Amino acid sequence: MTIKSYNQLLTEYLEQGKDEMTDSSEPEVVRVENVRVVYGNKIAIDNISVSFKRHYITAIIGPSGCGKSTLLRSINRMNDLVPGAKVYGRVYFNGTDVYSKDVDPVFIRSRISMVFQRPNPFPFSIFDNVAFGLRVNGFKLTKDELYNKVKDALIKAALWDEVKDRLNAHAYSLSGGQQQRLCIARALAIDPEVLLLDEPTVSLDPISTARIESLLRSIKDEYTIIIVTHNMLQAARASDYTTVMMPDDDMIGRIIEFGPTKEIFTNPKDKRTEDYISGRIG
Amino acid sequence: MGHQVLSGARRSGLRFRKFVDKALPIILSVAVFIALATLAALLVTVVTWGGHRLSPIIILNYPSANPNEAGMRSAILGSIFTVGLAAVICIPLSIATAIYLVEYSRGGRFSSILSYNISNLAGVPSIIFGVVGLGFLAYWLGMGRTIITGAFTLAILILPLVTVTCVEALKTVPDDLRQGAYALGATTFQVVRHVSLPRALPMMLTGGILGISRALGEAAPILVVSGLLFIREDPTSLFSRFTVMPLQLYNWISRPQPAFIELSSAGIIVLLLILLSLNGAVIGLRQFLTRRLGQL
Amino acid sequence: MTVMASLEELKRGTERRKRTNSFFYFIFLSATLVSTISLIVIFVTLGLESFNFFTHVSVAEFLTHTKWTALFAEKHFGVLPLLNATIITSLIAITVAAPIGVMIALFLSEYASPALRSVVKPAVETLAGIPTVVYGYFALYFITPNILRNLWEGLQIHNALAVGLMIGILIIPIVASISDDAMNAVPLDLRHAAYALGSRKSDVALRVVFPAALSGVSASIILAFARAMGETMIAAIAGGFRSVLTFNVGEAMETMTAYIAQVATGDAPHGTIEYQSLFAVGLFLLLITAVLNYIGIRVVKRWAIKY
Repeated sequence: MTIKSYNQLLTEYLEQGKDEMTDSSEPEVVRVENVRVVYGNKIAIDNISVSFKRHYITAIIGPSGCGKSTLLRSINRMNDLVPGAKVYGRVYFNGTDVYSKDVDPVFIRSRISMVFQRPNPFPFSIFDNVAFGLRVNGFKLTKDELYNKVKDALIKAALWDEVKDRLNAHAYSLSGGQQQRLCIARALAIDPEVLLLDEPTVSLDPISTARIESLLRSIKDEYTIIIVTHNMLQAARASDYTTVMMPDDDMIGRIIEFGPTKEIFTNPKDKRTEDYISGRIG
Repeated sequence: MGHQVLSGARRSGLRFRKFVDKALPIILSVAVFIALATLAALLVTVVTWGGHRLSPIIILNYPSANPNEAGMRSAILGSIFTVGLAAVICIPLSIATAIYLVEYSRGGRFSSILSYNISNLAGVPSIIFGVVGLGFLAYWLGMGRTIITGAFTLAILILPLVTVTCVEALKTVPDDLRQGAYALGATTFQVVRHVSLPRALPMMLTGGILGISRALGEAAPILVVSGLLFIREDPTSLFSRFTVMPLQLYNWISRPQPAFIELSSAGIIVLLLILLSLNGAVIGLRQFLTRRLGQL
Repeated sequence: MTVMASLEELKRGTERRKRTNSFFYFIFLSATLVSTISLIVIFVTLGLESFNFFTHVSVAEFLTHTKWTALFAEKHFGVLPLLNATIITSLIAITVAAPIGVMIALFLSEYASPALRSVVKPAVETLAGIPTVVYGYFALYFITPNILRNLWEGLQIHNALAVGLMIGILIIPIVASISDDAMNAVPLDLRHAAYALGSRKSDVALRVVFPAALSGVSASIILAFARAMGETMIAAIAGGFRSVLTFNVGEAMETMTAYIAQVATGDAPHGTIEYQSLFAVGLFLLLITAVLNYIGIRVVKRWAIKY
């Protein structure tokens, strides 16, 4: 009988667990049911129900202030960090309600990772940025294993070729577009199942934006991607499904339409969607 | 099901990390506790040892070899004269410096050297001010080891502290108020006089009080300037020899007889009460300011 | 016509206002120069009097001799015993203040609610507002007899340990408040990014906020150390006036500042070598603290992260 190290065990269990969780007969990774988010005494979004399919890119679009980011942040319980925020309803991740008492939000966030509007790398080296999640989540990897994980993540984020010679350079020496890809690499390094992106290209130039869109398409077979954007072209170019949100008369964000991106853009059912897409709202 | 397996797999490492997560705020609050417990122990000690010695004697009498009759009248008067004069010298200087740095200089190299020197002055150990006060003011300029020498020494000692607060005060004045006045053809001096200074003055005052309470507690520079004197008369002029409260306390603390330790404890209570009321004034002033600013 | 006249008037008025303005400009500029002039006066006074001192005592003896017997008949002026005492007490102080101060800063910036923070922060800062004679008294009459002597029987009444501990308490607010500023400057963004990668609160505090604030934290420790070296009254009261080169922190030892206080207490006549030695020791102390402060300020400026 061989004695296995804690790390081996952990990795094995993780792989095993991943297989069990990645039940391909269950196509919905994340299912949001009747969610309402309240900040203080203001209802931000209400009556939100939507599903996100495994290995597809789903875009959430809508005018600013319609609660797109709020919805995104309620999926991985980032709203817990906002003082005064309350989430009602259910969010299922592989069939488990992420808001039930025995679920650790930290665990949820390590499986549903997130990239933010503004690139926000840590003030460390490029390498340490990507390795951060692995270290925090307690993977005690050997030096080589860690290096390989970091390398894989940087390759997936289409950044490896640009930084392979200067992994110890400070993250702030990168350009804005590179920083954002570093943030994507950082999120991918911990092998999440779902990647949430909150308007990831809003502060970037068109070339950087195009690179990020193509990298998202190149990794979608391994991950489930949910991207918030108010750039309709981006949604049309990059996503398979699209959710349209719109504030109602009380400024409460609601979903008005959901479907395959092609249909939404070519044949919207809701008049408001049509108005929004054609630029009359927004 | 899958979820159960996964969390089971992570549990052993997880338990330790969860423990650290729970323990960290407790460990950190222990540090806060140590600091505050020391402060509390100090105050309790002073009050238990000196509380029963508190009486008008300690304020009204001159120092004496007999602890039952000894007071710090001359030291209190010395402190009032020296620190009062230091404030009169320092506060206008600080305000003028702050006006120059914030309103006049537009961040050139020259003014950045000047403001850099203010922070350098803040880093000079307080006893050095005493040594220079003694060598330069008392002997070279011939001012003697007198109240006025002590006052100038303390004024320069607290100058950086008070100046920094005055600079902060001017920086809180919104820039569009200045722009508005400039747009009407006001000179910089008129902007200062009619716009910036009236708004910043109360906050500058808090800086002045902070400087005064710092100067009241300083023993080392005055020890060097004045020596450790036994003074049994009120100061009569700015050229009198003098002592101050913390020095009188140092004198009593240096005598190992229990009666003098009690006496010094009582003296410390008096000094701390004065400092406490000054701090109370600063807090009161600040609250008044926030309320007034809230209304504007 | 009338328009012309009022224009003339306006011009004259403007000239007058400009003159007032320049007059006050010079007043304010002169006031600003006071700090710089004071610094120059400090260095010149210390320098010239030290020069007198070093005509009697060689710089080499001052820096290398191991005996300081300035107030005895047979005089030696080796600053090492004084420097040693200053460094030992300051090291003890920073050993106390650095961890406690940084932990308090971390507590204030990451854990304390705004209400708790508004109580704890001023309470901690009170520590810096207590006159240092009071700390000296507390070290001599409370800490040494009631606490340290229970743990260490051979401890002398005057000892470096109690001095260091008390200075440590005194400088906690310096470390805590500069570190706290640096930690508060770490953007909320970075904290959220860490949470989104599965961090716990302790990970955010220890692996993001602390390393991101490291330049401010190091600067706070350097500046606090400089402050500790310059502290006088605690050393004079609780450390004793025994200028002997020793590394036993349970013994009395005289710091540079305590020596200055000692000479000042016993009225050294103007012009004697004892009097001049005040300036030599003072200059030496000033140079050391100036270098430390310079490094501290540079660390803040050079390493400060622009988020």
